[in-house]
Amino acid sequence: MDLLVIKEGFPLLSFLIFFPLAGSLVLLFFHGEEFARRWALAITSLTALFSIPLLTGFDAASTKYQFAEAYKWIPQFHINYIVGMDGISVLLVLLTTFIMPFCVLASWKYIQKRVVQFMFCLLVMETSMIGVFVALDFILFYVFWEFMLIPMYLLIAIWGGPRKAYASIKFFLYTLAGSVLLLVAIIALYLKSGSFFIPEMMWQPYSMTFQVLVFLAFFLAFAIKVPMFPFHTWLPAAHVEAPTAGSVILASILLKMGTYGLLRFCLPITPDATVLLAQPILWLSIAGIIYGGFTALAQHDMKKLIAYSSVGHMGFVTLGIFVLNTRGVEGAILQMINHGVTTGGLFLCVGMIYERTHSRELSLASGVGKYMPWFVTFLAFFSLSSFGFPGTNSFIGEFLVLAGTFEHNIFLALAAIPGAVLAAAYMLRMLQKIVWGGTNNPDQSYLKDLGIREIIVLTPFLLFVFWIGLGPQPFIDLMHGSVTHLLDQFQTWQQHGQVASLLLK
Amino acid sequence: MHALTPELAPVVENGNLLLAVIIPLFGSLVVMTMKKHPNLREFISSCSSVLLFIMVLTFIPAIKAGQTLHFTLFELLPGLSISLRADGFSMIFALVASSLWIIAVYYSMGYMRAHDEPCQTRFNACFALAIFGAIGVAFSDNLLTLYLFYEIVSVCTYPLVAHHQDAESYDGARKYIIYLTTTAKFFLLPAIILIYVLSGSLDFPHSINAGIIPSSAKDWVVIMLYVFCIFGFAKNGVMPFHHWLPGAMVAPTPVSALLHAVAVVKVGVFCTTRTMLYVFGVDVMDKLNLGIPTAYFVGFTIIAASMIALSKDNLKARLAYSTVSQLSYIILGVALLTPHGIEGGLIHIVNHAFSKITLFFCAGAIYIAAHKKYISEMSGLGRTMPFTFGAFAVASLSMIGAPPVAGFVSKWYLLVGSMEASQVGILLILIASTVLNVGYFAPITYKAFFGKRPGGQAETGIKEAPLSMLIPILIAVTISVIIGIYPNFMMQFVRMVIG
Repeated sequence: MDLLVIKEGFPLLSFLIFFPLAGSLVLLFFHGEEFARRWALAITSLTALFSIPLLTGFDAASTKYQFAEAYKWIPQFHINYIVGMDGISVLLVLLTTFIMPFCVLASWKYIQKRVVQFMFCLLVMETSMIGVFVALDFILFYVFWEFMLIPMYLLIAIWGGPRKAYASIKFFLYTLAGSVLLLVAIIALYLKSGSFFIPEMMWQPYSMTFQVLVFLAFFLAFAIKVPMFPFHTWLPAAHVEAPTAGSVILASILLKMGTYGLLRFCLPITPDATVLLAQPILWLSIAGIIYGGFTALAQHDMKKLIAYSSVGHMGFVTLGIFVLNTRGVEGAILQMINHGVTTGGLFLCVGMIYERTHSRELSLASGVGKYMPWFVTFLAFFSLSSFGFPGTNSFIGEFLVLAGTFEHNIFLALAAIPGAVLAAAYMLRMLQKIVWGGTNNPDQSYLKDLGIREIIVLTPFLLFVFWIGLGPQPFIDLMHGSVTHLLDQFQTWQQHGQVASLLLK
Repeated sequence: MHALTPELAPVVENGNLLLAVIIPLFGSLVVMTMKKHPNLREFISSCSSVLLFIMVLTFIPAIKAGQTLHFTLFELLPGLSISLRADGFSMIFALVASSLWIIAVYYSMGYMRAHDEPCQTRFNACFALAIFGAIGVAFSDNLLTLYLFYEIVSVCTYPLVAHHQDAESYDGARKYIIYLTTTAKFFLLPAIILIYVLSGSLDFPHSINAGIIPSSAKDWVVIMLYVFCIFGFAKNGVMPFHHWLPGAMVAPTPVSALLHAVAVVKVGVFCTTRTMLYVFGVDVMDKLNLGIPTAYFVGFTIIAASMIALSKDNLKARLAYSTVSQLSYIILGVALLTPHGIEGGLIHIVNHAFSKITLFFCAGAIYIAAHKKYISEMSGLGRTMPFTFGAFAVASLSMIGAPPVAGFVSKWYLLVGSMEASQVGILLILIASTVLNVGYFAPITYKAFFGKRPGGQAETGIKEAPLSMLIPILIAVTISVIIGIYPNFMMQFVRMVIG
């Protein structure tokens, strides 16, 4: 398998996948709440630390899957345990490992009942999320993909808000509905190619009908996860009811699996169908951007507002992916990371205000600027980042995506611009309400500003907002090799296709 | 017209540029911690303003020697960086903004204390932040940096407009931020990205001729980009996106004075003219025939805003519409694309700034001393407040364009420029606007000095404004006269732009 750079010695990726799982198993035998918090923090922090060698040892020049491990699993069906990582997934894995400790910290006081079980769910989540991003065997991928549903369902259904039953079931059913067809497509691909090894399924001469069917099955699964308009309705419900850590995981990492899937599977496995169906998907992305913007503008619930803003932001990501050029795709991947950082930060902020006022209503949180200057400073920077203020991370992401879109089709890009305007509108509206309010603000004088723990939680997010915003080149370098490789292959494929069709004429 | 060739304008790396931009930012951060020490806070504000001015002055010798100072802060992507530069063009605005900040700090100290305004710490901090943005705009080396600081100005001035925190000021501030961010996002963002896609870089060239748009770009795309840039920098007050400016007059008068007569609106015209000359360039604008239509388009703003000004009784509203009208002079001059036209437009950035800040200062002084906002209430007031109204009279002469006050110089160049371009229509617009200016400024002074007091008797208790406000007024008006008689100090920088 020359596609893989096998990792000799310490199996780092497997360790990262199973270390949180092992940690969660320990929790089964202990029942101290304080212990559970500390243990979960220790495990997630260690995972984050151990993921640093992924960055230092990553060879950005190589387009192969690195840190790879391959073991036989169920040889009768050619199912193997193969994991590896390329420039597309490396940042997502690191995003996951680095966000998890902060999710634990954000739940420190927020979660007061069934703490042990909560931390257990978080750790299991981490295993499955890392697994999804590094799996190179389709069955393995599918196992992780489905496995994730259970802890996430529990996070919402047990620790959620008043409508948790509705929200969790909706989340579960939507995602499951998508995954069923995904499984069908995986099996269909296996029957054609005789293997579950993902790279071997890529760039194969499948017939157009087959490609279109597989593409649609993939697309449904991933579009629900992203979520793309019009498959997004589960997201606001889930976000609103989920506890802070759940919202952060959902927004920062889970949504990225959808766009990661589109990029990893749709493009290389079904290239012809991608070209065929790119236009409608691009316009669907535009619809999502505009729709998300308008709905966010109308929200009175802070979490719903951010949830709908996610629909808009993820629209930019799918837009970038399907314009199929380097700037677009790199912008899309960067925007995935940015959205993880910024929206994660925003949800943390909302969680902090919820802990104080026990409400997500914008009108009840208005005018806190006077009493919580540190809080609103953080909130202001995250909001600015969210609507793409120059100098912040999202600006670079949106800039690249829109630059790619302008290269592709000038009118498409112009159609996305109102989304950027709306983003500024709803974010500034929220910021204005929270910092200033109006002339009849509720009495907020009982509020206490952020404590040390909360500042520690928010600071790294802010750091990344500016780091990516002012020095994005190192991040882009990491993905550049893999992205250009992918798009080169895509171009070669199309040229071959044209030659073939000419010959057939 | 001769372009400055790169050999004549060597680029010198200079870290002091960063220092200049950081001084107001740092000042603002320090001010924020001084809530309990108002005297120390004001001391810090004035120190930073003086420091900034000195810093800007130190660049003059190098600029005069034909150098361009340059400093790169962050390299984002190839061809996309946050970097600073100082050339003749940036010096025009940097000198105006930094010198007037000093005067405005003293004036606002007097105003805010006399009026006993709340939240003065926030006020001072945001004031400094707005100057940080304005200086950043002046020293921007490329379109991205320009955009960054432009947006910083928008966001940081919101608290100043909403300062009183009542329904009216929230309303004005809402309008303010909606107009400014929407136009910037809707027009500027796509324009900047598309220019980057077309030319692979956003850095300004060193002459006003070439621009950075490649010749391969389609004509309709370039025209679209140009229109986007004119409307995108809505701080320039060009109709139909001018409404935020009258709305912003709910702010305390020092804000209206420094920001909405100088810093913010001049950021708008500075960005517009910088883009016209250094992104599109004279050649492209000539080729696509963009100049004269622009001149007529803003000519409409000049006339229409003057007409509206005539109908306003609120003094600050009248001044606001006068500002809208005067800003378009600057764009009109540059759009003529003739040497004298461009010179006239750019020197008007300076001339209008000093005269208009005087007028606003006077309006604030009248409000503090006599609690009067409406022109109709001011008749006879000039006899009680001779210095304030005297300064007002001189500054309004400058607005009208009468010698020997500053405004005359700009009007002279603009008239010559329109003749060079053989545009009789523009000439007529300028003359008509002069008549209108007389129409809305002369009655104020006339009534103040010669009008009867309402009720026919003297109102008691009204005195001349406090010295802390009067001194800044007199300094500003004196400078207005000096640059009218001796315009060369600023003209030298303007001439460097032309080459």
